[in-house]
Amino acid sequence: MTIGISRSSATGPAGERSGKGAQIRLESVTKDFGLAHPAVDNVTLTIEPGEFMTFLGPSGSGKTTTLNLIAGFESLTSGTIRLDSQDVSTLPAHKRNLGMVFQNYALFPHMTVAGNIAYPLRERKVPKAEIERRVAEVLELVQLKGRDKHYPSQLSGGQQQRVALARAIVFNPRALLLDEPLGALDRNLRAALQLEIRRIHREVGTTLVFVTHDQEEAMNLSDRIALFHDGRIEQVGSPENLYAEPETLFAARFLGDSTVFALGDQPVTGPVTWEDERWAVDAGTVAQRARSGGPTALVVRPESMGIVRDRAQVPGGANAVRARVRDIEYMGAYRTLVLGVGHAGVSGRARIPAADKNYAIGDEVVAWWHPDAQRIVAA
Amino acid sequence: MMTSRPRWLPHPGWLLLIPAVALLGGILGVPLWQSFWRSIGSGDWTLEHYSALFTDGVTLKVLARTGQAAAVVTIVTLLLGYPYAYLMTRVGPLWRSVLVVMVLMPFWTSALARNFGWLILLYDNGLVQRFLGLFGFDDVVLYGTAQGVTLAMSQVLLPFMVLPLFSALGGIDRKLLLAARSLGSPPLVAFWKVYFPLSRGGVVAGVILTFTLACGFYVTPALIGSPRESLIAQLLGQRTTQLLDFAGAGALGTLVLVVTLVLVWWANRMGGSMATIGVVAGQTGTRR
Amino acid sequence: MTTLLEPSVAAPAPARTSFLTRWRARRSADPTPVWLTIVGTMVALYLVLPTLIVIPMSFSEASTFVFPPRGHSLWLYRNFFTNDRWLDSLRNSFIVASCAAAIATVVGTSAALGLHQLRGRRSARFLQSALMFPILTPSIVIATAVYISFLRWHLVGTLAGYVLAHAALATPFVLATVTSALGTFDPTYLRASASLGASPWRSFLTVTLPLISRGVATGAVLAFVTSFDEVVIALFIRSPRFQTLPVQMYNSVVVEIDPTIAASSSLIVVTVSLIFLVALLGSARRTSRPGSANNRRSVVRRTR
Repeated sequence: MTIGISRSSATGPAGERSGKGAQIRLESVTKDFGLAHPAVDNVTLTIEPGEFMTFLGPSGSGKTTTLNLIAGFESLTSGTIRLDSQDVSTLPAHKRNLGMVFQNYALFPHMTVAGNIAYPLRERKVPKAEIERRVAEVLELVQLKGRDKHYPSQLSGGQQQRVALARAIVFNPRALLLDEPLGALDRNLRAALQLEIRRIHREVGTTLVFVTHDQEEAMNLSDRIALFHDGRIEQVGSPENLYAEPETLFAARFLGDSTVFALGDQPVTGPVTWEDERWAVDAGTVAQRARSGGPTALVVRPESMGIVRDRAQVPGGANAVRARVRDIEYMGAYRTLVLGVGHAGVSGRARIPAADKNYAIGDEVVAWWHPDAQRIVAA
Repeated sequence: MMTSRPRWLPHPGWLLLIPAVALLGGILGVPLWQSFWRSIGSGDWTLEHYSALFTDGVTLKVLARTGQAAAVVTIVTLLLGYPYAYLMTRVGPLWRSVLVVMVLMPFWTSALARNFGWLILLYDNGLVQRFLGLFGFDDVVLYGTAQGVTLAMSQVLLPFMVLPLFSALGGIDRKLLLAARSLGSPPLVAFWKVYFPLSRGGVVAGVILTFTLACGFYVTPALIGSPRESLIAQLLGQRTTQLLDFAGAGALGTLVLVVTLVLVWWANRMGGSMATIGVVAGQTGTRR
Repeated sequence: MTTLLEPSVAAPAPARTSFLTRWRARRSADPTPVWLTIVGTMVALYLVLPTLIVIPMSFSEASTFVFPPRGHSLWLYRNFFTNDRWLDSLRNSFIVASCAAAIATVVGTSAALGLHQLRGRRSARFLQSALMFPILTPSIVIATAVYISFLRWHLVGTLAGYVLAHAALATPFVLATVTSALGTFDPTYLRASASLGASPWRSFLTVTLPLISRGVATGAVLAFVTSFDEVVIALFIRSPRFQTLPVQMYNSVVVEIDPTIAASSSLIVVTVSLIFLVALLGSARRTSRPGSANNRRSVVRRTR
């Protein structure tokens, strides 16, 4: 019994990717464990063929549960999941033909590396010679040639993860699912394996869904990021998109640092007031979701914030506020001033050149930024 | 994990349990229930068989004798087992495995073989007699006496004392003892006031377990003791096969069973977990 | 840098150090006290000696139980292997133990798997305690109850009766060893095998079973030995035509003195000890070798 491998050759709207993977469509997917809130709450998302999609979010945000729903390890409370046009919502996990890589690798300890990788092929009754060929091929791909007769316990963490990857792709699944695969590794190893995963994705070209809570990892690897919050998708977009144009305060905070000024319910079509300051608002910097009323916040990234000694030095047209230096962090390539801003002492961060040693802790300064560098988000 | 199991089918786990429940329920559960049923008059709900136990003049005497023997065994195993368990916490993993193997040896070997060994040792002019004779204890008869039976039973029951003890002692940080001594306590006082109280859970578990099991011994008192000093297990056997008093046997059996279960449950709560009692880890090295 | 030490408490001159000092220095900071080792050794001897003493006894020429044995002879062994009563009981024990072990292994493994799937539920924990219950019950209580019921069911003195009784008794041991093996079994393996295309049955065959095989094998051996050595129940459900080896041994002390029991005991002691030592060494070696999901064994048996 061979399981048909669905190869989608759909191209994206701009014709960029001729994905060899499947399109994954989540429609109003909900998973309720009977607790106060559903773990996954009405999630709708389309993952394009061949795309590298990351599910990003804090623990408990529903990203892993959603992955498990796609894989078939959990059953849906409501909604549908489609792989290409096939409704797999009630299809058992072992029939979905999706490759999965787990955080703890889950390599079968009683089989060799070759045995592990050959497992999915044996289950599909692939002829022996073909198995050997494919195993060798994929071992080469993950750069573990020569390790085929070793047992998992004889390998390092990074090597085990590569075997797990090899095992998940050897049978040409229509999509690859990775559940925080690099969580157990140390920093350097993680960086190296991130590159590996990106390279393998480029070479194999299948659809890839990656779950992580590490925003740097997400921004580094993905074509698109789905930001999860309390079981819902807060925002979907490319890394640039999410970083530069967050829609909500949660998104602004989760990716990168910012200084946050709560604006309350005031209208944001014109200049806004904060404490005793009045700031200009550039219409293009107001998030969609912040336009329809409700509480908003104004956020400024540290690299957009300048520091001067007094108001007179602030460039024309810029928004400014007074602040006091609380701490100075030397980051090597630059310095970060940790500020207490305004009366309230709101926590802020501003980036200045590394060579700039003019400021000391306790100094009263003025922080400024151009109106087109700020962003108004839903709070 | 499965998304497609029909709702009306029970969880497959229960299906897997059917053979075990059927086998144990049928072969052990049903006879025990029937025994109990008989003891209450097969539906009459009478207590006469139970009260007969207490008025026949023999049962109570034997129960007392059994309790006394079990108590002596418990004390002996505690005195021997505590240092042994303590030694187990002090030595390295290799020696510890050796010690575990040795303490489990009486376990693995056939009850008959072991009791036969004791018979040889305790027989007139046997090794034990001659050993004691070295110290001037002449004319000590052990075969056919309660003392001999105690000696033999203690050997078998030692693991049930040592293992819960080892489990408890293993959790005590020995540095506490060193700390006490550095504060000026002489070694014995440090032991009594610091170490022993911390091991109390294991001691209680071991004591209850050993006592309970000692009460149920059959083969050892039958082979090594004398018929005039039967223990409760032998009495139960006689009631069944010789007196053919099935109802009375049922009453006695139920009584012993209930007392055993209560005591074991109590031991369980005091720190000797089921894991220690039922499944003893023959550890042969640490997991890597 | 000033020190608080005065010259008078400086390190002693390294002149001739006594053997004792050097020995003390070589030991670790917290060595095992000598008295403890002595006591421990004596207790160990107490544990082991009575069992081992049957071995020299089995070479005795005499027909009594006197120790030390007189003469060197193999007549007891010869008797054991030629006397009909001994041979019959030996054969019966083998058959009963094999069948009982087979049944107990299947039943116990199945139960362990079922409980593992149901883990966490209170009903499952209760059932687990209930199934382990025979281990804690005094044999005599079980023996008398089973005997009376078996009388009514015409199972006394039959192979079926022995097999069923011993299988029921041995099942908790298999349940314990397999449960222990499953305890170290990572459920993620089954998700992995499912994601790779294996149906639940195939996952069981290719992943679960191999990883618990050591537990199952240990349980099977334990079940066999439990049945082979079981004496109390065997004494009660026997008939003149059908007895097991322990019953025959019991008779040879209580009914008519027959020193062949020495040969029988010695064989049993040596064989069983070898089996367990091999199992021990096997699992010790496997600990360092990948492939085992468990290296804990249960070695409790009925003792009475």
